[in-house]
This record gives sequence, structure tokens and C-alpha cells, in this order.
Amino acid sequence: MDITRRHLLVLLPAAAVAWKFVLAGTPEASPNYKLSEHWWSMLIDIPKCIGCGSCVRACAEENDVPDGYFRTWIERYHVADWKIERPEVESPNGGKQGFPPNEISDGKNFFVPKLCNHCADSPCTQVCPVGATFVTPDGVVLVDKNYCLGCRYCVQACPYGCRFINPKTNTAEKCSLCYHRITKGLTTACCEVCPTGARQLADLKNPKDPIHEFLRTHTVQILKPHMATGAKVFYNGMDGSVR
Amino acid sequence: MQIPVEGFMYPNEVELQWSVLIVLYPFITGLVAGAFILASLERVFRVQAVKPTYRLALLTALAFLLVAPLPLQLHLGHPERSLEMYLTPHRSSAMAMFGFVYLWYLMAVLLLEIWLDYRRDIVLKSETSTGLARLCYRVLTLGSSNISERSLRIDERLGYFITLIGIPSAFLLHGYVGFIFGSVKANPWWSSPLMPIVFIFSAMVSGIAAVMLLYMVSTRLRGRQIDIRCLDKIAQYLMYTFVIDFSLEMLDLLQRIYEADESFRSLDFMVHTRLWKSQVIVQILLGTVTPIALLGLTQILKLTETARKRIYALAGCLTVIGIFAMRWNVVIGGQLFSKSFLGYTTYKMGFATREGLLIAIVLMILPFGILWVLVKLLPPWPDAVSLSASGATPAHGTS
Repeated sequence: MDITRRHLLVLLPAAAVAWKFVLAGTPEASPNYKLSEHWWSMLIDIPKCIGCGSCVRACAEENDVPDGYFRTWIERYHVADWKIERPEVESPNGGKQGFPPNEISDGKNFFVPKLCNHCADSPCTQVCPVGATFVTPDGVVLVDKNYCLGCRYCVQACPYGCRFINPKTNTAEKCSLCYHRITKGLTTACCEVCPTGARQLADLKNPKDPIHEFLRTHTVQILKPHMATGAKVFYNGMDGSVR
Repeated sequence: MQIPVEGFMYPNEVELQWSVLIVLYPFITGLVAGAFILASLERVFRVQAVKPTYRLALLTALAFLLVAPLPLQLHLGHPERSLEMYLTPHRSSAMAMFGFVYLWYLMAVLLLEIWLDYRRDIVLKSETSTGLARLCYRVLTLGSSNISERSLRIDERLGYFITLIGIPSAFLLHGYVGFIFGSVKANPWWSSPLMPIVFIFSAMVSGIAAVMLLYMVSTRLRGRQIDIRCLDKIAQYLMYTFVIDFSLEMLDLLQRIYEADESFRSLDFMVHTRLWKSQVIVQILLGTVTPIALLGLTQILKLTETARKRIYALAGCLTVIGIFAMRWNVVIGGQLFSKSFLGYTTYKMGFATREGLLIAIVLMILPFGILWVLVKLLPPWPDAVSLSASGATPAHGTS
């Protein structure tokens, strides 16, 4: 067949689209994992957290998180008596090395681990100009670093301060819920090392997951519910001062 | 580099994400939209008094619009991927859709309107000039060298139609910039339905002031007499627009103070400390109240021409400074406080860094360089084109 100019005009864009697919590559194989059978979330049991920082260290190790940036971190709250609207909060180096002894005796103190809330209606996904941030069919918010422009709009849009720009890749980064692990039947690095079980990975689509029983029998909250982000990190025993 | 923090910030919030370059971006697009709206006053609303600034306003808009994407490009972590916004846009993203608004405004409105308005001059110059200039003008004719009366009438009618589309487009261009900020619900400093409206009016204010100043400076440089009737009219429009803009901003402020929601205490503290100089002193007192008062004086008192010119020049400069401060306070101010409302960070601007002061200064000078080239290529002055070159009827804007 002779290729005419008209043929070429049709073929070239088609070839460009095909090339984009080739460049995108194929996802890593996890033969026994079915996306449609999972809907991931996490349970944080605040009374169990001792602020040891193991989760922060494990996350940094597992995901090669640069110093000074955090996919997960721990905050220590001090709420004096009735001052629920003005808590004193600290998170030295994200709580990576734990916390110094508490010198304030009045009021109450507790630790709050934080991470991406893997929102079902995530504002970061909404604002990404190229769709480099996306929600997987199994409910995890991920960033494609090979596609991210580094415009930082998602960092601005996240109400929880969970995102940062990785200075090595110049792209947006955040907790991936150790997607490379959970799709292979493992738990996340932070849950793996937590000595008290304060963090538990949960699959809301799995009827046998203990999360269902826990949610039925405990008073749990999400962070900033007024933001209507569909956050999927559930906090047990969370004080009203936490933001 | 250690960034001073007061109170508690989420650990990833300490570093500011959007720098001075992102301040420049709404400032520049604001000048574009404002300049175009001023130009449309003459074209659509037949305000004859501002005619001397018509073409200058169009060229100013183009010069600034060409520079507008540069601060964004320099800011991106991967500028080489920026075209993906056009090739694979994410339709729910305000930023992605802005790319198309920008392109629409540049290609369908501004370039087309300028070309139609200048087509006769370009054809004449392609016949009378020599060498490289001739080649340049021949290319600019785009192969259309018919300047018969009928053809020019079509140009005029089409130009009018494009300006008609151009006015809402200019509103869209800058209103949309406001929406990019106003739609971020995570940030109470930005999240406001008034943001696009405030951006539109502040754009008009800055664009009108900039064209007024450029007209004064360029007329003086050419050794010509400033058309005071034109200047009076522009100053009048500037004042009216500024009063609306200021009222809207105050409305937003009053609403925030009265509502005093969970973010109020934090934002109030920020305005009284970190933003005191840039917002209260520079933006509100020096950059808004003073120029409005000065312009108001020219309306109330019977001043001499020289006094009025001086007041207009001073008010124009203060206005541009005030609007720049407004952009600064929106962009930088919106990142100085923690989304936990418990702490504050600091913006440290580098000098010779990728997003530093030096680059910002270069980017602000660049549009003037482009404008200089455009003015040389397509003189906007009524006396610039010799009519003797052709027997054609004078087109719009030439005498």
C-alpha cells in the first residue's frame, strides 16, 4: 500500500498515542492480587501509640524518604485542662527519634501518628493538572513520579500537610500505603514495626478483616471531617483538640 | 538552610511551595487582562477619549501575556513535561483547564485582534520597507495583502466582534487565576468565592494603571504632548474600578472578621505580624487608600494640567505597587501559616537562585523589552504610518 500524505496524517497521531502507552509500561505483576477485591484504609489506635518513632524510621527506610521530609510522622499533643482549642503540639524531626521526656505535668498528653488519609474524594487528585496523582481501584492515592510536573498544586490542596516535593526527583511524594507490599499480601512498613499495634492496615472490602468489628464497637473519627475528603485513616480515641 | 518557625507546623509545611515567581504570574496576567479591558473601552464602548492608548494597551497585553507562562515554567519541577497539560489534561484540575483559557486568549483573541487592527499598516510597511524589515512584514501579512476599502471594513467588523468575545475572555483569564487560588478548600486564606471577582477587578486596576503610566512615559520619550483629556478619562476609570476592587476586598475582610471561624485567630495574628508591612502598610494604605484619595482629589479640586499629570503618575505607580503587594500577600501569605492553625513559617527568598529575586526582576523587565520590539515593529502611535504610501482609507487607530 502506498502511504499518501493523508495516510501519514492519520497514522502519525495514532502512532504517538501508541508510543505513549509503550512508554507507560506495564504494572508490576502480582498474579494473585485482584484490585477490585480490596479497599484499603488504616486504623490508628491513639491510646496505644507510645511515640517511639519506629514507624517513621521504618517508612523512611522502606521508601527512601529524604531527610527532613515525611511520609508519616508523629505529633505529641499537650492539652491543658479546658484549652481544647489551643493545644500545644510538637513533632521534632517528625518524631523520627522519638520524643524527649515530657516536662509538663498538668493536662493530658498523647501521641498522634499522621500519614496520607488516602481520601476517597481527595483534593490532591482533583487538582493535579495531568492526573499524575490518582486513586487506584483498591482505594490508595498514588503519585506517578514519571508523569508529575512538580507544580506543587497538590501540596497546597492537601488539608493534612501530607505531601512534599522530593528534592531528588523534583516530584510530589507522599505515603503510598506501601503499595508495593500490600499488593503482595504484606502489611505496610509502619504497621510491621509498630511495637504496640497502634497502626493496623485494614481492608474495608474484606468481610473477615477485624476492622469491621473494631469500627462497630469503638468511637472512631477521621481528621478534619468538615473537609469532606472521604478520609480513610480512622482514629480511635482521638481528642477533639487534634487537627 | 534553617527556616524559622513559630509554634507548630506540620513537618512538610515548613518549606514554602510557591515562591515569588508564582506572585509574578497572577500579577502579569492581571496586567494583561486589565490592559485589554482598557483597550476594549474604545473599541466596544466607543469611549473616544481613550483612543490614543488603544493600540498601546493591546501591545502591552501581548508583551505581558507572552511572558506570563515563563515564571510557571521556571517554577515547575519538570518543565519538560509541561506540555502534558495540553496533551493529557486532567479535566477536574483548575490548573489544567487554565492552560486552555490562556491559549484561547492568546491565539483567538489577542493575536487575532492585533493582527486585524494592524493588517493595513503591515501591508503598507511590507511594500515600503526594505531588507529584513520587508521580509518580516511580508511574513506578518500572512499572505493577505488586500487592503481595499471593503476588505478593511471586514477587518473592522471582525475586530469589533473579537473584542466583544475578548471582554468576557479577559474576565475569564484573570477570574480563572483567582479561581485557581479560591478553589483550594484546604487553605482558608485563599478559599473564597469572592476570589475570582476580586482578581478580575484588581486586574483591571493594575492594567489600567500600567497602560496609563506607559502612555505617559512613551509620549514623553517621543517628545509629544500628552492628551490630557485621555489621561483624565483613564484616571477616572482607574478610580471607579479601584473603589469597586477595594470595596470587594473590604467585604471579604469584614465577612472574615465577623464570622471569625476556626482559622480566624491564626490569620489575624499573621496579618498583624508577618504580613503587617506588606498588607496593611504597602497594599492597603500606600497602594490602595492613597491612590484612591489622590485620584479622588483630581475629581473634586480644579487642578492645573501639570498637577494632574503628576498626581496621575504618582497614583499610577502606587497602584501598581499596591496590586503587586496584593498578589504577594495572597500567594506568600497563604503559605505562611500552618493548616493546623497552630504555627507560622517564614519565606526566605534567594537572590541568584532558580526562583530567586534576580530571576523575578529579569522576568519583570522582559515584557518591557518585548513591548519595545513590538512598538518598533508595529508602532501604536496615530502618526506612525505615512498615509502617502497608499490611497487606502485610514483604518482604525490611524489618522
